[in-house]
Amino acid sequence: MLFPAIALMAQEQGFFKTGTNLGVQMRLAAPDFKAANSEAGTAALQRVFNDTLWSDLDQAGIFDLVSKSLYPSAVPATPQELCAGTPGCPAMNAWANAPVNATMVTVGNVGASADQLTVFGWLLDAKNPQAPPVLGREYHEQASEQNARVVAHRFADAIIQRLGGGLPGIAESKIYFIHSNGPGAAKELWAMDYDGANQRQLTHLNSIALSPAASPDGSRVAFTSYAQGKPDIAMYSVELGRMVSFPRFAGTNSAPSWSPDGARLAFSSSMSGDPEIYICEASSCTAPRRVTAYRGPDTQPVWNPKTGAQIVWVSGRASDPGRSVPQIFEMEADGTNVQRLTDGGYAVSPAWSPTVPFLAFSWDRRYGPGAPGAPDIYIMDIANPSHWEQLTHNAGRNDYPSWSPDGRHIAYQSKPGRACEQIWTMLASGDKPRQITHSGCNTQPSWSK
Amino acid sequence: MKKNSLRITLLALLIVILLAGCKKKPVAVAPQTPPPPPPTPSAQLSVNPATIMQGDSATLAWSSENAVSVTIDPIGKVDLSGQQAVSPNESTTYHLTATGPGGTAEQTARLTVNAKPAPPPAVTTAPPESLADSFRNNVQDKGDIYFDYDSFSIRPDQQAALQRDAQWFKQHPDAKVSIEGHCDERGSTEYNLTLGDNRARAVKDALVQLGVPAPQLNTISYGKEKPFCTESTESCWQQNRRDHFTLGGGMQ
Repeated sequence: MLFPAIALMAQEQGFFKTGTNLGVQMRLAAPDFKAANSEAGTAALQRVFNDTLWSDLDQAGIFDLVSKSLYPSAVPATPQELCAGTPGCPAMNAWANAPVNATMVTVGNVGASADQLTVFGWLLDAKNPQAPPVLGREYHEQASEQNARVVAHRFADAIIQRLGGGLPGIAESKIYFIHSNGPGAAKELWAMDYDGANQRQLTHLNSIALSPAASPDGSRVAFTSYAQGKPDIAMYSVELGRMVSFPRFAGTNSAPSWSPDGARLAFSSSMSGDPEIYICEASSCTAPRRVTAYRGPDTQPVWNPKTGAQIVWVSGRASDPGRSVPQIFEMEADGTNVQRLTDGGYAVSPAWSPTVPFLAFSWDRRYGPGAPGAPDIYIMDIANPSHWEQLTHNAGRNDYPSWSPDGRHIAYQSKPGRACEQIWTMLASGDKPRQITHSGCNTQPSWSK
Repeated sequence: MKKNSLRITLLALLIVILLAGCKKKPVAVAPQTPPPPPPTPSAQLSVNPATIMQGDSATLAWSSENAVSVTIDPIGKVDLSGQQAVSPNESTTYHLTATGPGGTAEQTARLTVNAKPAPPPAVTTAPPESLADSFRNNVQDKGDIYFDYDSFSIRPDQQAALQRDAQWFKQHPDAKVSIEGHCDERGSTEYNLTLGDNRARAVKDALVQLGVPAPQLNTISYGKEKPFCTESTESCWQQNRRDHFTLGGGMQ
């Protein structure tokens, strides 16, 4: 009797893996780039570059990265060095055959001199050694650890775009999030690289900041701020590096969400006396239009990123009288054609995949007084809401999934026991979970370009 | 407006004339007898309470019949009937004289004033309770309004607290009060913000129903941002599902 269930689970995992472009894994060898010279600064930057490139390729989700312990002892710095001028490049066999069995190999070198960082990198087809490199890149930057990371991200993204079906990589993407020094401390808007590096504070409002949402072009971040005494929508300009004005409305205003063209904002507001979903022009927000009408919570709207015509959101409307246990719903952006997507439990924080009609969300299926459950991240096929899969199985509370721009990854917050929340990333299959923040409390990731 | 009031005045006058006309008829048919001698005035005088402490006050009340003038010694000429608060420093006998065409009537009432005991030397005179103190003692310290999980309905067991709070708010119309909606740690920040908003407004609506003027009450939701208790237990969660009152209407 167990077999059909297992078969179905395997089938569903395959469905979501394929849907998130994580189905086929290409076997890639990525030996460390060699030092181009013996200058004092080279070794440190070489190490940063190699760690970053390996991490990017490992996290990409489309490679079966071959363990370095299996590589041939002689690692070349250039394609010429690999082939050593021998016709047919027989040295490539050491990479193409067992135990490496690589389909592709990266080679390159890193050099720092006179404040200049220079990196050469190539991607080679191991099964076709006579062909020219699949790609070759050359980078010149001011020498710094940050630039060593940036260059590694760029090279990784170039490889991922070439081998990953043309979808741009995410190694250069940013994650906005909320940071505080501890429970009760001020909450500010922060940003970091997608791998947790380069964490930096953006706002200094000394108040409570919540629910950041990066605009589709990455130029602005809308969020919720108590800076003027109550929850209002606030706007941070990434381009200007400062807050820009945004209209304030009566009541509780929170959970802003950008339409895919960046022209409109959906948000939750109790300006009319009850929390409802409103839509307004993102530039001025002069006349917000109400699209829901239900007494009780309505919040966390997210747009269909393909059409901009549907909204998925969280509402307490399905509950027993007098109780508002949240469920996830879908509607047209004008408020019509409301459909319930989740079938029970406590479901919040929907995030719509940028590439396919999948929803990631936080779900506690055994919610209730005395229930042992804690929320985990789930993925659902919006066209077939009974078709879902659990992605996290951690002890603790997992919430706020946010898709990477390539739709292959999900960032989320996790709170193990009494410790502070931290931000993690994982593949959209639930594989390769990785904690990317470690100090203070870090919540509500919003993955941006 | 003016036209209307003129019309009403005329109407009222007409009614008065008609009523007066009706009343006059029996007088018109009364037998022609010599007028009776003018009646003797009578009067009442009382003071309540009859004994006070120095600095406190009592109420002096009087009435008279068939009098045209009333004087109370040591107050002087007063209305034919009425009452007045008195706060003499020593015991006093009030002496009322009612005078009319038929003669005079007299009444007396004694108010005993006891000297204040000497204040205990250590205690300086306490200032009157400030609004903030009264608010803390009578509203905040009496407890908040609690809710069931995922609910913003007012629980029957919270009605008494609401009525007690409403009483204080009505007695202190100058007190601008902020109602903070709070939630337990479970669920998303945003969902709890909206639930806290509903909770704050539910209590505001209930207080307005109980007669508290709406402009006196402001609402703000903190969702799960300001927990009172930080354990992940049922009892702690119950502590955090509350509406809390603060003085000074908050910001809008």
